Amino acid sequence: MNKKQKKMLVRILIAAALLAAFSLIPVRNQWVRLGMFLIVYFEIGYDILLKAFKGIKNRQPFDECFLMAVATVGAFCLGEYTEGAAVMLFYQIGELFQSCAVGKSRKSISELMDIRPDVAYVLGEDGEREETDPDEVAVGTVLCVRPGEKIPIDGVVVKGETTLDTAALTGESVPCTVRPGDEVLSGCINLSGYIEFRTTREFGESTASRVLDLVENASSRKSRSEAFITRFARVYTPAVCFGALALALLPPLFLLVTGRDPAWGDWVYRALTFLVISCPCALVISIPLSFFAGLGTASRQGVLIKGSNYLETLSDVRTVAFDKTGTVTRGVFEVAGVHHSRMDDRELLLLAARAERNSTHPIARSILKACGEPLPQGDQGEVTEVAGQGVEAVLDGALVLAGNEKLMRAHGVEWIPCHSAGTVVHVARDGRYLGHILIADQIKPGAKEAVESLRKAGVRQTVMLTGDRRASAEEIAASLGIDRVEAELLPDQKVAQVEALLSRQTGKDRLAFVGDGINDAPVLSRADVGIAMGALGSDAAIEAADVVLMDDDPRKIATAVRIARKCLTIVKENIWIAIGIKLLCLVLGALGVANMWMAIFADVGVMVLAVLNAVRILLYRKW
Amino acid sequence: MKKSYKIEVDCANCAAKMEEAANRTPGVKEAVVNFMLLKMNVEFEDGANPKAVMAEVLKNCKKVEEDCEIYLK
Repeated sequence: MNKKQKKMLVRILIAAALLAAFSLIPVRNQWVRLGMFLIVYFEIGYDILLKAFKGIKNRQPFDECFLMAVATVGAFCLGEYTEGAAVMLFYQIGELFQSCAVGKSRKSISELMDIRPDVAYVLGEDGEREETDPDEVAVGTVLCVRPGEKIPIDGVVVKGETTLDTAALTGESVPCTVRPGDEVLSGCINLSGYIEFRTTREFGESTASRVLDLVENASSRKSRSEAFITRFARVYTPAVCFGALALALLPPLFLLVTGRDPAWGDWVYRALTFLVISCPCALVISIPLSFFAGLGTASRQGVLIKGSNYLETLSDVRTVAFDKTGTVTRGVFEVAGVHHSRMDDRELLLLAARAERNSTHPIARSILKACGEPLPQGDQGEVTEVAGQGVEAVLDGALVLAGNEKLMRAHGVEWIPCHSAGTVVHVARDGRYLGHILIADQIKPGAKEAVESLRKAGVRQTVMLTGDRRASAEEIAASLGIDRVEAELLPDQKVAQVEALLSRQTGKDRLAFVGDGINDAPVLSRADVGIAMGALGSDAAIEAADVVLMDDDPRKIATAVRIARKCLTIVKENIWIAIGIKLLCLVLGALGVANMWMAIFADVGVMVLAVLNAVRILLYRKW
Repeated sequence: MKKSYKIEVDCANCAAKMEEAANRTPGVKEAVVNFMLLKMNVEFEDGANPKAVMAEVLKNCKKVEEDCEIYLK
């Protein structure tokens, strides 16, 4: 509690004690009673009355304080002294609770996202640590970090070895190990050892700052529900106030005209309860608070959502389109097998590796990598690269061919086609076919689970879009349980495919596209919601996408959808709770069933319920 | 040009009123008040002087909500 809130608490306690005491003392004289309750009333409500007065001066008739003042002064005029003072007291209790609850949740959500490093330790000339403001550290400075401290700025390790806790950035709980030459990202916590690293960016450009910027601006992009409730509140208060006026005048006049007792006091009292219910704060606070909690929870899981509106869209996602390479597969090519070999598999690999040793082509690199051991020096042979086909090399006096079908055909070698998905390198020596090496992208661990959990989260259709060969794409899709495959697509055809999928959507259904953000920016922005994964450190992806998955675990897609669904459920509940209870109390108030006590519940109680409901999402630990 | 200001306000509805008041101020293209973060992001019209505009914004906000504060850097 801050100073303002403590002062309020004291005022509330005094007022409550006085009110209880005065209610018990039987005083006959009306004027003495009025005086006693006015003391309580002014003690608890003087600031409200003051603000109400200023509101009139500034021509703000529907100011909350003004409404409260009218309602309570009205109650005093009707001789309901206890109620007049009590309503003001409860209103203040409610305001205090709101300010505490919002402050508390604001703090706890901010803590979830608290990755901002406050201090950087520069390594001085004499080896001493100098405490510095991270903002003032120039690129290329050597910083040192002890165990338990945060990495303040992105950089590259120059000395030491340690494990880093990246949970705050990625939600990934397994620590990662870094050695000299490895990149370290700001926001990670150093767990085990002392390291020194050279900064590669300024503080403002570092991962932690960029992520924070993104998260903090997220709740400024307002969702449809937020816009709705703000508009609703804008008409709600004036409408209820005019309703109060009508309630105070029309029924008594009608009774008067028809010759019955108008019961002015009764109707005016009912009108005053209306004024108490007309305060809009419960409506207005509940929705943004729910979204804020949802965004906070998501970022805790390593899912950065760029705005409340995307959270809303994400909850309506029924179709998910995946890019293949780098999204469901690792985007790393590895030798997956050696087939139809006429010699020892290792020997065949070695032969191909020797032929390809100087090539920079990714396929050649993966063959060399699979060989592992250093190749025999000396005999380099004579190597010719044939663009788009492979290599021809003269090794130990024999002509070795390593390449695709075209190369085999060019040399008149009979080859055996491969049935598996991937890239095939055929190998032949002196016109004799020796077999082929299959190089395939590896499916990410968890990719199958990701597709399954998306389906459980309510996604009806999964589609894979890829520039890869149809056969290999279909094999991967089948093994993952993806519904549809569109293969052999050029980048602009991917956009066309997404547009076709979009045009087939009905009603509120939405489409998400998941990519690694490297060359699918146009598709990311064309989809209803673009999700970029493995985006840590990739600026282009963070720019282009609406949702950013910090690590490259495809299971996080379903996590994001689940959080969005939960959040939107809470938002809808809150809209119903807030509007529903208020309307109910209005009806009961008009019928004379609800008194001012109930009205104050409609105002304060609803807000308490909505706030508690909103922070419920923070309590879930497992997503 | 866009700028972000820290604000102080007690209730959500008051924040919404501040947003409305800021958007009515000449020179402001769009203002968004974020009650949860207690921040006001203002996008100014081209050629507007942020300092002068923000002084007006503060004045207008004070009119609708006496208790609010905008910290002008």
